[in-house]
Amino acid sequence: MTIQFNDETFRDDYSFRNSERAIKRFPFPFDKDSYMYAVNMEQHRGGPSDSIYEKRFDVDEHYVSEMRDRAMVLADDPLRCQSLPHMTLAGWDLLELIMVSKSEDYPDLFQLHRDGDQWHWINKPLGIDDKFTFMDETTLPYGPMEYITRQTQGDFCVLDQRDDNLWMDAGMITTQADWSLDFDIGMNFFEWHAPVPLAHEKGIFVRALKFLLNIQQGAPARRLNWTMTVNPLLDTSPENYHKWGIQKTELTPENIGSKQHLRVELQTFFRLPRSNGLVFPIRCYLCSFQDLMTSPKWGRRLHRVIRDLPEELATYKGFIDNRPMMLDYLSKFDDGLPTSNGIWPEFDTEPPLQK
Amino acid sequence: MSGAEKIAVRVTEVSPLNELVTRFKFEPVAGGLLPTFSGGAHTVVEMRDGDITRMNPYSLMSDPFDQTAYTISVRRDDEGRGGSLFMHKNISVGDEITISNPVNLFSLDLRAKKHLMIAGGIGITPFLAQIKQLDRAHGNWELHYSCRSEALGSYVDYLTNTHPNDVEVYYDDQKQAIDLENLLDGQPLGTHIYVCGPKGMIDWVRGKATELGWPREAIHYEEFLAPQPGKPFEVKLAVSNKVIQVGERESLLEAIERAGVDAPYLCRGGACGMCETSVIDYSGNFIHRDHWLEEDEHASGKKIMPCVSRFEGKTLVLDR
Repeated sequence: MTIQFNDETFRDDYSFRNSERAIKRFPFPFDKDSYMYAVNMEQHRGGPSDSIYEKRFDVDEHYVSEMRDRAMVLADDPLRCQSLPHMTLAGWDLLELIMVSKSEDYPDLFQLHRDGDQWHWINKPLGIDDKFTFMDETTLPYGPMEYITRQTQGDFCVLDQRDDNLWMDAGMITTQADWSLDFDIGMNFFEWHAPVPLAHEKGIFVRALKFLLNIQQGAPARRLNWTMTVNPLLDTSPENYHKWGIQKTELTPENIGSKQHLRVELQTFFRLPRSNGLVFPIRCYLCSFQDLMTSPKWGRRLHRVIRDLPEELATYKGFIDNRPMMLDYLSKFDDGLPTSNGIWPEFDTEPPLQK
Repeated sequence: MSGAEKIAVRVTEVSPLNELVTRFKFEPVAGGLLPTFSGGAHTVVEMRDGDITRMNPYSLMSDPFDQTAYTISVRRDDEGRGGSLFMHKNISVGDEITISNPVNLFSLDLRAKKHLMIAGGIGITPFLAQIKQLDRAHGNWELHYSCRSEALGSYVDYLTNTHPNDVEVYYDDQKQAIDLENLLDGQPLGTHIYVCGPKGMIDWVRGKATELGWPREAIHYEEFLAPQPGKPFEVKLAVSNKVIQVGERESLLEAIERAGVDAPYLCRGGACGMCETSVIDYSGNFIHRDHWLEEDEHASGKKIMPCVSRFEGKTLVLDR
């Protein structure tokens, strides 16, 4: 299916919009009416047609505008992209993985021609046509990781694996849910997860690390994570908290449907073959409450999940103060009917709202 | 399905190197290219030996960037359960076999200012791939390689011809030995040590480096254990509700698989931890042989690594 790219903004006038198609394929993260941390990993090997799981790196209608927003963030703050010296090989691994995947999965949008180490990359949506020598940094305008992640939606943590741990030694982080690469650079898996409540006590991170250390070439994995964002902001970074934090106080019963967004991260994990590193792409999808409510199942379920979420999690995810207003809004879409299992909206089979 | 992704390959070369070691070359049956890998990675080779399927890990020794073929070298073990003997006697050019995608449990630390490699015997193989990788990146490395004799010195000529200034070879039968203390003492800050060889050599290098104050993170080692034969024993698998017999020449993991139970694994050599299995009940003695569990876990009677460890006694019930 051809993608019509939106011309939209994720700042100032917030002209970001989801088309009907984008709403239907939104990765609603709750597979039942309640939520608690779990090691909810599965294999990343395709999924239903046109779902966000189908391709290795999903490209959607927001692609061109998201890349423009990333360039603006980097122009203001170059430290959002960092790579420690030993991570260059992993950067080439990532460039190869993305170029090969995108050119195979979207041949009408991306092309890769390889003749030994002489590579020719064509990115039609962004109007890029570059010839370079694979593994020779001097032939690209940026380092390999920066070059390819300026052309790929989602944040990228490029992790070194050593000493039975993972290390945040490189990354491109401009669409993050309130964490900082510049702060976390060089930290190990337990160090960068230290602020997360409840999960340590449940042993989640010990098990998750063991799983990730064993991810093998050719067998990528994925999971969904979520939080809440007021206004369709991609850049909710600690560095810019003074700009966006205040916007959480601008929510009213009148504007909550359009201003409050559910923010979902599709997190995937790929072993990088040449460096034995691991890349952890974190792809952000935003959907306003009012767009989510077009699915009766999602309306019922989101109300129940937000209502019953432990206070620590609502605090950590930054919406404890706005939760009462959210519940006033969401309760109007919950008629108490049961919901079907799984994350998909089931527009055809789920009964319409009974109130 | 457990283990890494599989690749169907054809054997395209079988080259005896000396009395004990033979090199095998594999190319993809389907044509196209094999995955790249990182120096130090291994592949698990599946061998159909009658009704037993053996899966043994072998280090990849070819250039990690060469996607046309993989090569491994296998040392014949006349005392073992027969995996290496099977490779030597039953595998010939033209055979189609299954291998796993590369898995690396012996990776280079790319932060190292210098890579100091210490190899014993067939332990040379992962270093051959690492040297190719480092040479491409102009890395700083040095190899000390100990062999039994000139006749059994696999790849000595190749290494000393291509890297005369970086390779030092020691022959046991000429009473040559690595002067380890002096070697470690002379290294620049930021050096990492890699050792692959017999258990005695690994323990010696790790012990000496630790004694001299080397940081634990700067000492890397890999020793694949071949599962050893032992007395047959009986096991109850509680989850799948089966009672199985482990034969004298098969491992517990192989017996579980033979019973049709899909158990997780990766290296099959006691190193990666993937096949760790909980013990529900037992009466007898464990023969723990892995590098994964801690000593107190071995003593607890609550865990076993079925790829290399065995059991002697009346009852063993596993959570599998």
